[in-house]
Amino acid sequence: MTEIFVLVEHRQGKIREVTYELLGWGERWIGQQEGRLTALLLGYGVKELAEELSMRAPRVLVVEDERLKDFNSIYYQRVLSSLLSRYQPLLLLMGHTAYGMELAPSLSVELDLPLATDCIDLSFEGRQLKALRSIYGGKINAHVTLKESKTYMITLRPGIFPPKMPEEKKGTIVIEPSPIQETTERKRFLEYIEAPLTGEDISQAEILVSVGQGIGGPEHLPMFEELAKSLGGMISCSRPVVDRNWLPKERQVGISGKTVKPKIYIAVGISGAFQHVTAIKGSDTIIAINKDPRAPIFGVADYGIVDDFQNVIPLLKEKVKGMK
Amino acid sequence: MNIIVCVKRVPKTAEADLFIEKDGKDIKKDHLVFALNDWDSYAVREAVLIKERYGGEVMAITVGPEDSKEVLTRCLAMGADRALRIEEPPCFDALLIAKILARVIQGQPFDLILTGVQTEDDGWGQVGVSLAQLLGIPHASIVNRIEIENGKARVKRELEGGLEELLEVRLPALFTIQTGINEPKYVSLAAILEAEEKEMKEVGLEELGWTSMESLYATLDQVSFPPAGKMAEILKGSPEEIVNQLTEIIKKKKG
Repeated sequence: MTEIFVLVEHRQGKIREVTYELLGWGERWIGQQEGRLTALLLGYGVKELAEELSMRAPRVLVVEDERLKDFNSIYYQRVLSSLLSRYQPLLLLMGHTAYGMELAPSLSVELDLPLATDCIDLSFEGRQLKALRSIYGGKINAHVTLKESKTYMITLRPGIFPPKMPEEKKGTIVIEPSPIQETTERKRFLEYIEAPLTGEDISQAEILVSVGQGIGGPEHLPMFEELAKSLGGMISCSRPVVDRNWLPKERQVGISGKTVKPKIYIAVGISGAFQHVTAIKGSDTIIAINKDPRAPIFGVADYGIVDDFQNVIPLLKEKVKGMK
Repeated sequence: MNIIVCVKRVPKTAEADLFIEKDGKDIKKDHLVFALNDWDSYAVREAVLIKERYGGEVMAITVGPEDSKEVLTRCLAMGADRALRIEEPPCFDALLIAKILARVIQGQPFDLILTGVQTEDDGWGQVGVSLAQLLGIPHASIVNRIEIENGKARVKRELEGGLEELLEVRLPALFTIQTGINEPKYVSLAAILEAEEKEMKEVGLEELGWTSMESLYATLDQVSFPPAGKMAEILKGSPEEIVNQLTEIIKKKKG
């Protein structure tokens, strides 16, 4: 029997959406085969989360331990290493997230299991696992074969697969004893830090004028501010703009920043890395302005302009003056 | 505080047209500009900042072809004290690179290892954390702040949705560095000239006792262009005509 394990991600008492995407992929892949899909829930005081998961997973395996309360990869690795050795599933699926990136490589080295990270699709040829990865900023796909193994480890890119929806039929919940014996001082979780909100909240904007490093430098920002103001919108940006301190973190649209859903999203000089694109999918209309006709942003935009922004934005700014 | 930074030379592809080689195994690279991986650049700067605060030495290491020496020179110009290039194996995956680095680093004194979170080219994001496991030291990934006190580091990890977490990690440790952790510093010509005088060593795989290559865990079969999916309607005409169309679209969609 084929068994797929999905590592459940949860933080501050909430299950993260990527968990349901992983379960959705797992369920579709198992399909009509004889197989079993199991969600692995590691935590402390997670009874309610287990109930919630059982609506979306046929089987939930729970390991509770005080030391699993917050995510610490050392304890997670200890538990997963024990579970994988015992059950030897065909596949352990994790998200390519702050969870998966911290945990998957070290676990794969410990157990000597092949790992492919940040995958956008998977297929099996017999027992051989083939992974599809998106590289060079989304411009190229790489087809990878993993060394044959009893168990494979995969981190899947979030936001790619439709999530598994809740069902009437509840799955079973199985409690496993915690294999953690020693408490470690090597790595300790201390606390979460919420980003302070000082200015306007871009997630509430109806129109966003969003800039990327393609605008060249912060000297152009006043022009975009003015455009945003004329439209009755706000200015936002992609990650490189925050990294370069051109705009504060609270303006960042992306997985590590804000998810937005304005009526109109105007992306200027933004190439369209998946971390950014995932966070703008809820926008009604996306307009992209970029010099590079192959920029991945044109794959998600409704309207595109292939040109230097300097040829377009000053004109547009004049044209829409007083529009709001 | 002895710090080792692992870096990679990568092609800059963000604004380049890409083509695929005849054998379908890689993109054509002749026309591309190469530079230090963006994440690694932040890691090197962070290592130098930590050295300035706590003393010690920074060593930059790469596994790569002869041309990689240019990014090592860049690291030296940014303030690293020594550099080492390890010969690149004919075929490799992220794990093999981590194993080679582990072999070399095991013989070096260090308190801290920094790498970038991932590379701009194939972005496995796997070498750093694998290396920590191979060396038996704790790690933290996606780090955007480091403070050191009494043999321990307090690091902030970037999570999703603007959230961060604070961890305490005992040294020696490995951190993978996120972009934006520090402000890049302009590298002067004088610094580049000075870098030429600093120590740069090279070592072959055989010298490391690496005779036969072990089988890879991940093998690249081929690369392809992503299938053309939904595509934006491209507005055409003179800038004036384009802006007129754009204004109409904005008016309509604004509601």
